[in-house]
Amino acid sequence: MNELLDPLLLARWQFGLTTIYHFLFVPLTIGLATTAAVFQTAWYRTGKAEYLRITRFFGSIFLINFAMGVVTGIVQEFQFGMNWSEYSRFVGDVFGAPLALEGLLAFFFEATFIGLWIFGWDKLPRGVHLATIWATAIGSIISAYFILAANAFMQNPVGYEINAEKGRAELVDIWEVLGNPVVLAAFPHTIAASFMVAAGLVISAAAWHLARNQHLDTMRPALKFGLWVMVGAGILTTLFGDQLSLAMVATQPMKMAAAEATYDTVCGAAASFSVFTLGTPDGSTELFSIRVPYLLSFLSTHTFDGCVEGINDLQAEYTALYGPGDYTPIIWVTYWSFRWMIGLGLLHVFIAVVGLWVTRKGRMPKQAWVWKVAVWSFPLSLAAMIVGWIFTEMGRQPWIVFSLLPTESAVSPNVTGLQVLISLVAFTLIYGALAVVEIRLVIRTIRNGPPEVGEPDPESGRIEPTTTVY
Amino acid sequence: MDLSVLWFGIVAFLFVGYFVLDGFDFGVGMSLPFLGRDETDRRVLINTIGPVWDLNETWVIVAGASLFAAFPEWYATLFSGFYLPLLIILLALIVRGVSFEYRHQRPEAEWKRRFDGMIIVGSAVPALLWGVAFANIVQGIPLDADHNYTGTLFDLLNPYALLGGLTTLLLFFTHGVVFVSLKTDGDLRERARRLATRTGIATIVVAASFLLWTGVAHGTPWFWILAGLAAVTLIGGWLANTRGAEGVAFTMLAATVAAAVLALFAALFPDVMPASNDPANSLTIANASSSEYTLTVMSWVALVFLPLILLYQGWTYWVFRKRVTRASIEAAAH
Repeated sequence: MNELLDPLLLARWQFGLTTIYHFLFVPLTIGLATTAAVFQTAWYRTGKAEYLRITRFFGSIFLINFAMGVVTGIVQEFQFGMNWSEYSRFVGDVFGAPLALEGLLAFFFEATFIGLWIFGWDKLPRGVHLATIWATAIGSIISAYFILAANAFMQNPVGYEINAEKGRAELVDIWEVLGNPVVLAAFPHTIAASFMVAAGLVISAAAWHLARNQHLDTMRPALKFGLWVMVGAGILTTLFGDQLSLAMVATQPMKMAAAEATYDTVCGAAASFSVFTLGTPDGSTELFSIRVPYLLSFLSTHTFDGCVEGINDLQAEYTALYGPGDYTPIIWVTYWSFRWMIGLGLLHVFIAVVGLWVTRKGRMPKQAWVWKVAVWSFPLSLAAMIVGWIFTEMGRQPWIVFSLLPTESAVSPNVTGLQVLISLVAFTLIYGALAVVEIRLVIRTIRNGPPEVGEPDPESGRIEPTTTVY
Repeated sequence: MDLSVLWFGIVAFLFVGYFVLDGFDFGVGMSLPFLGRDETDRRVLINTIGPVWDLNETWVIVAGASLFAAFPEWYATLFSGFYLPLLIILLALIVRGVSFEYRHQRPEAEWKRRFDGMIIVGSAVPALLWGVAFANIVQGIPLDADHNYTGTLFDLLNPYALLGGLTTLLLFFTHGVVFVSLKTDGDLRERARRLATRTGIATIVVAASFLLWTGVAHGTPWFWILAGLAAVTLIGGWLANTRGAEGVAFTMLAATVAAAVLALFAALFPDVMPASNDPANSLTIANASSSEYTLTVMSWVALVFLPLILLYQGWTYWVFRKRVTRASIEAAAH
């Protein structure tokens, strides 16, 4: 019973669940806003009805998601203070600034222009209306930068000094916080991955219709767009992921060791990357594995004779530095989430390349399985993104701010286990119910297909789009 | 000027923005069962705030983030101390926000009725609880030497705080209904005007008692000036409404909300979170604020961007300035 009501454990579960849930909507918001902007631009320039229909089709899926992203985002901001008040007191001086900047520079911008876009189809000049969806997309990307800069501080604290008298970290250089090497790599990595997720949705929706040989005029260009974005964004995600792992090795070597379940320091050929391992859950004993020699050395240092520090050495090093304690993340979580992220990500690039090949020059594969595979693009690319975040955040443990504040010291001391249990259950129930509604609505919108947009005006030869109302 | 005092002002300004703007959203949401006689009516009501509810709600996100950045101790004490009330507010805001978006996705009456109920509850609950929360902040709560709240949920539900909650509930309701009369036409507009006249009287009585109670317990000269302003504009707004001057009535009530929120901040100054058990444990502007450097960075950003934010948000309201009519709703696509 006492274990059930452990406020720390419950608060961690709640933060994990609500963050993952929130992040189901964020990459789609970023990626689909841009997708809608691209197709609306195509419509703006060519006047072709198909492009407008594609815009409104993906636009409506984007909107179903957007509301969820907004309301679950508020929970994230409130939760730092509600469940992690000691954390808030300790880092607020540094960590609060990027959050406030995010609000002032990005959230207002995004929230204002999305309203103008949804309801402004018949109220704004065409060019201005087009600008509102670009503004929404840009706002969402700017907001990602600030939140990732805040997160980067937790991974690799920079630009601060400890004020011993007040017992807190204080900001001394905002540019250092915003120019953290971790955010410089994590931002393009995350944005490119968000485009992969959006491309996954576009591919899934298009494949569903093309498999039924319907809506060819809209779904073929959509599929082509989705496949190219998946390939392009996939390559960028990989390249920046590589940069991110270099930064990670330099700043959080334990995370890389945990990603690889490397217990002893290894160099050169011995620093092999295990593609697949069968062994005890914590990876300490290996029964069978497929390994690529030198790859881990290359990933970690970009050389073939580099060394990768092992968990045991790092544990000893950290004990000397920070005092007795267990400085190891949960190895099976980091090991497998790292693999699933890379595996699912690369699989998507591969599938998209194959997709481009089998649909080259307007070909349409007849085999049903091709389309069945394609329909899975969206859930699996989203899964890749989520396991990537699970890796990043679980690999940071046992620290909430690496090297400065352990997670266990960050929790609100006056919030009881029962209170956190109540909120955890409430969030789980309401998020679960909303997920069911949300998924059904998205599937329904996809099945209904691209909406009609009316006939061109006989005088001007242009389509006058109708507005959306609630 | 001391930057932490400036940020006390900016935080007050952001909460004023939130309560003035999302306040009438709550009012419109709560008015559904009173003004929405049929489906078209209800859609008209929801569409009066359709394009703006999201940016209005964003004010609380920015207010919260600014609190975190400028007054980490205040943010930490307030949010952990008011754990369950804030949880309920969050759940209500979630329910309300998704309902706006989901309600129009399916044609079935049953589906719409369910989301109507969620909009009503999701609007009424925050309208009540924000008042309860702010009244408790002004009144003070028991804090230990580490500034952690030591009371329970029931300590927050004291008569003064409940009166504060009733005040915001009624004020936001009336403001929202006046907004409806400003943004609709025909029968709905007239019914909204009459409803605001009736609820306005209750609002005046309740708000006056709350402000008097606050003044007697925590009054400062600035409090009385601002509370007086709130009272004058509230009565002025009510009179304007009975005469059918909707624009004036709406502006007056917006001024009432703004003046009342500022009055509470004036009553609080220079504390930010008074400790009711021992004044030595109180959080003040001085001991709760961030470092000089952080506040300097944030001040530059706020001074550049707040005017821009007001400009583009003002433009949005101008773009959607036309009244929402039954004809426009019936003609529009789903």
